[in-house]
Amino acid sequence: MTYTGWILLTASLVGISCGIVGVLLILRRMAMMADAISHTVLLGIVTAYLLTQSLNGIHMVIGAAITGVLTAYFVQWLNTRGVQQDAAIGVVFTTLFALGVILIATKVGNVHLDVKHALMGEITFIPWDTIDVPIIGDVPIATLTLTFVLFLVLFVIVLFYKEWKITTFDPALAASIGIPVVVMHYLYMTVLSITTVAAFDAVGAIMVVAMLITPAAAAYLWTDRLFVMFVLSAIFGVFSAIGGYYFAVLIDTSISGSMAFATGVVFLISILFSPRHGLLSYWIRPIATK
Amino acid sequence: MNVLEVENVSAAYRKNTVLRDVSFTIKQGSLTGIVGPNGAGKSTLIKVLLNLHPQLTGKVLFFGSELKNVKRRIGYVPQRVSVDWDFPTDALDVVLMGMYGQIGWLKWPKKIHKEKALKALDIVGMKDFAHRQISELSGGQQQRVFLARALIQEADLYFMDEPLAGVDAATEKAIMHILRELKESGKTVLVVHHDLQTVEDYFDQVLFINRTVVAQGETEKIFTKENIAKTYGGNIRWLKEGVGFVNSPLQ
Repeated sequence: MTYTGWILLTASLVGISCGIVGVLLILRRMAMMADAISHTVLLGIVTAYLLTQSLNGIHMVIGAAITGVLTAYFVQWLNTRGVQQDAAIGVVFTTLFALGVILIATKVGNVHLDVKHALMGEITFIPWDTIDVPIIGDVPIATLTLTFVLFLVLFVIVLFYKEWKITTFDPALAASIGIPVVVMHYLYMTVLSITTVAAFDAVGAIMVVAMLITPAAAAYLWTDRLFVMFVLSAIFGVFSAIGGYYFAVLIDTSISGSMAFATGVVFLISILFSPRHGLLSYWIRPIATK
Repeated sequence: MNVLEVENVSAAYRKNTVLRDVSFTIKQGSLTGIVGPNGAGKSTLIKVLLNLHPQLTGKVLFFGSELKNVKRRIGYVPQRVSVDWDFPTDALDVVLMGMYGQIGWLKWPKKIHKEKALKALDIVGMKDFAHRQISELSGGQQQRVFLARALIQEADLYFMDEPLAGVDAATEKAIMHILRELKESGKTVLVVHHDLQTVEDYFDQVLFINRTVVAQGETEKIFTKENIAKTYGGNIRWLKEGVGFVNSPLQ
């Protein structure tokens, strides 16, 4: 496959995974958790590196999953102690992220791990870091990881589809009929962390946050059905990835930045033109129904 | 036969005790109104009984057994305002959620479940709205959907948190009709209720709550002005012929 092909495929995989995971994030009103986890996974990555002395993907994923769940746990804990949810997220995420930064600066030194890389990501380098896969041939490591992550996301969402629906819509009812709401919460946090860290290495924290929140928020404006929202969100993710890439090539700028920007454009179009929530449909609607 | 036995239950929000020494029993086939002022812990009581809020002390038995053994036999209708009605789904789907426990893990709702959900919607007069997005329903219609979701659980004991709050008169009538039918078919229903004027018409049992049980028993005997004053601290402005209890600042 061509260089451009690999980049488009990798970014699209990020778009689909994040788009799907993001739907539950929006509906559970936890968008800021994505921001938090996308930063705290840095601590997981650094810790995993310090413990294993390697930049192997699987260690990173496990480390990130653990810090992601820890982040969720600390936020929940502070929240039950009387700290506001948004303040709790702010406190936990900045502290854990800062710890990650300190560890990088003092312990890791010159290894391929720096804050700027983590925040912005560099999708341009992905096609050069390949691994030999039987039958298919050379495949970029990031692409392979993201493929696994996509399958994991699909598996977990489809398998527990109705449980996700009920624990998101009405956790009290869910708990009363014996669905383990808390376990589902942490399972979701695990999936969110794994998706984040896999996407993070490829495209950076900022784009992960954009891909998690914006396509889902846009999809929410277009549909009244949960299933359609999942599909639309994934499509918007892919569209932003591809559109962002060509925009970046056109004006010769940061690919990740353009892709993140493209999600914003998709959202803007949605809020203008979506049939039920759109501003346009509001303006042209007969006055009586406003 | 007692379907619910509550003994010395207490609970707190952070450090504030909201319920202490709550003890009462509920007989099978009764329709109980739980009344008390705002902040008296009525909703918390239900949540504690159903293990949705931590219980500090005490013992609760459902059908003589612990909650985890009899979850299937218990139906719960949370407050309507406790969920996000902008959630992307329709009325039929919300009703189906009542059966998720019975359907079980890794299985999807089948046609038979959908038919059952439609039947439940029909009972509450909402069949025509089955495929309506839930945010487009009025408050009363949303409450009917919630009731249908509880009916489909086919429970023996129902807890309903303010099912009559903010609903139109027709819905109130329809809901009370259904609750009476449940009672007549031998089910037991507990309802958090805030309108003192209708207690006597709606419930055969009443449970006065203000942080603890103030009084409990048959409405005819227990729903007296003394008990109301005791529960509300004499601080009510409420008028009704017959009970003759008036405490208006204009007086």
